Amino acid sequence: MPNSSISAKAAAPLDLAVARDRRRTGVRRFIMALLALGLGLLVSVVLATGIGRMEVSWPTVFSVIFGKLGFTVAPVDRTTEVVVWGIRLSRVVLSGLVGAALATAGVVFQGLLLNPLADPFTLGVSTGAALGVALLVMLGVGGSFLGLSPLPLGALLGALGAMVVVLVLSRESGGRIRKESLILAGIVVSTFLSALISLIKSLDEESLSAIVFWIMGSFSGRGWIHVGFLLPYMVLGLVLSFWYHRELDIMALGEEQSHHLGVAVSKVRLNLLLGASLLTAGAVAVSGVIGFVGLVVPHLVRVLAGPSHGRLLVLSAFTGALILIWADVAARILLASGQELPVGVVTALLGGPFFFYLLKSRRTRGMW
Amino acid sequence: MIRVEELELGYGERLVLKGLNFQVERGEFVGILGPNGSGKSTLIHALSGLLAPLKGKIIIRDEHLGSLSSRLRAQMLGVVPQTSDVRFPFPCLEIVLMGRYPHRKRLGSLTDEDLLWALRSMRRTTTEHLQERPVTEVSGGERQRVVIARALAQDPQILLLDEATSSLDVRKKLEIFEILKFLNVTQNLTVLCAMHDLNLAALYCGRLMFIRDGGIVQDGPTGEVFTPAILGQVYETPMEVIRHPGHQRPYAVMLPLSPGEIEEDAPEVARA
Repeated sequence: MPNSSISAKAAAPLDLAVARDRRRTGVRRFIMALLALGLGLLVSVVLATGIGRMEVSWPTVFSVIFGKLGFTVAPVDRTTEVVVWGIRLSRVVLSGLVGAALATAGVVFQGLLLNPLADPFTLGVSTGAALGVALLVMLGVGGSFLGLSPLPLGALLGALGAMVVVLVLSRESGGRIRKESLILAGIVVSTFLSALISLIKSLDEESLSAIVFWIMGSFSGRGWIHVGFLLPYMVLGLVLSFWYHRELDIMALGEEQSHHLGVAVSKVRLNLLLGASLLTAGAVAVSGVIGFVGLVVPHLVRVLAGPSHGRLLVLSAFTGALILIWADVAARILLASGQELPVGVVTALLGGPFFFYLLKSRRTRGMW
Repeated sequence: MIRVEELELGYGERLVLKGLNFQVERGEFVGILGPNGSGKSTLIHALSGLLAPLKGKIIIRDEHLGSLSSRLRAQMLGVVPQTSDVRFPFPCLEIVLMGRYPHRKRLGSLTDEDLLWALRSMRRTTTEHLQERPVTEVSGGERQRVVIARALAQDPQILLLDEATSSLDVRKKLEIFEILKFLNVTQNLTVLCAMHDLNLAALYCGRLMFIRDGGIVQDGPTGEVFTPAILGQVYETPMEVIRHPGHQRPYAVMLPLSPGEIEEDAPEVARA
């Protein structure tokens, strides 16, 4: 009888220790990966700071950084110090932060919407930010706000505004937000806003290049003040995303099963969308629209580290930072003329083919 | 355990079920039967809190279902849906561990108790060997058993199943119902399952509820309601009910809609 066979098996002891050890091995591997990425990130920051039109040796970079941190070091001349600390390091740090923010937002969007193509673009958030900037440029709003150009604020308002519109559009009568309607609403809003941007571009020839430059995304001329501007959004967005990492795992099973398992689906989804939007808005506000980081990095990390969102979020943040730091270095030095490329062009050139490879490769195909 | 009063269910303008009144006591094994589109799944959705009632009350252990927090609801109610397509390659053990979500503290890490619950549930559903396998790579029957293990890991008092075995072959169906029966008998687990397979229902359910035309048309002990008259009325199909000589449970045999055809197709059998 099947009944007796079940109870007979139940008499054997459960392999708690084995299961626990297996899970511990997973944790150990994660910590190793994290240490490796962290080390890589530190080395990258120093290396990337040394690279540029003005030759600066690595020891000098160290001297400047440690000097600023309050250590006694060999004196460095003023110009070098300004270039290393004020211009390059701030830019490297900013690109790292933006990379981490975009990758984290990508993980959240993809996990929430069960859609490999979900990213700040699909949901209209990036386009909203771009429209905010285009409007300000057209209106010729100048001056400064808290020492910043008002453009980042425009981007921020545009991003959050677009997210709100998308959420309202996709909200059903009962207050539930369905993921299908969310993506549709995102695409509709995004298309509409793009049309508005094109309208602004054609109405106002003068602002064309400024808008285009912004839309391509760049870290040119950014400094510590932008880091300061990004940080609050970044912290809030990261906290929200990590707070709900377990729910993200469960929500990958779909709305219905999440409900059955006790997740307050609508509330959690709203908070996660808010977190990811804050990350995107902050990133777009300081750097313009940089594509593909939020799309490719989560895919890449998922293939290597598995689908568990706690690990995925952390590792993606680090990987995103690494990738964008080096993409920005490439943007700075790639053109022989000494001109800078918009970093968005670099990420799109690298990310496009890479994404194609991911789509075609065996290991990811079963995933979607 | 479950009390339903004057329940009215539907989607927007479309009314699916109305005037439902019933009670289910602890330890019952209830089959919900009815033709396609009669509202079996709708009822399960409502009982699981997924679909808010248009009117009426669902009371689970003296609490209104709608006023329970998601967490408390999931501690009492486990649900096995019709299909459970999982897109991310989580190992099966991780899927089952998700059943511990309503019992875990947000900042606490996974305890040995959680892990034990998961392993015990996997053993009960004979999925222990699948612990490491990605859920995207197991067969449909195995996945359904993993999902049942997940529902069991919730440590629920009530288990709702929505056509959970419809896509499985005979052996897999029986295996799953053996597990449900075992838990029903040993743990006093209350089981409600919406199902299509009449004979499977007659074999395992102690009570059957027939749904048709927006309401419950029959509800009672299997022995009393599993009759040719009721089955014929509910499914609009002529049926005969025979008692199996061995286990004494009733089983239904459908009769052809037009009696003439059998003779033409297989005259020898008909004559014998």
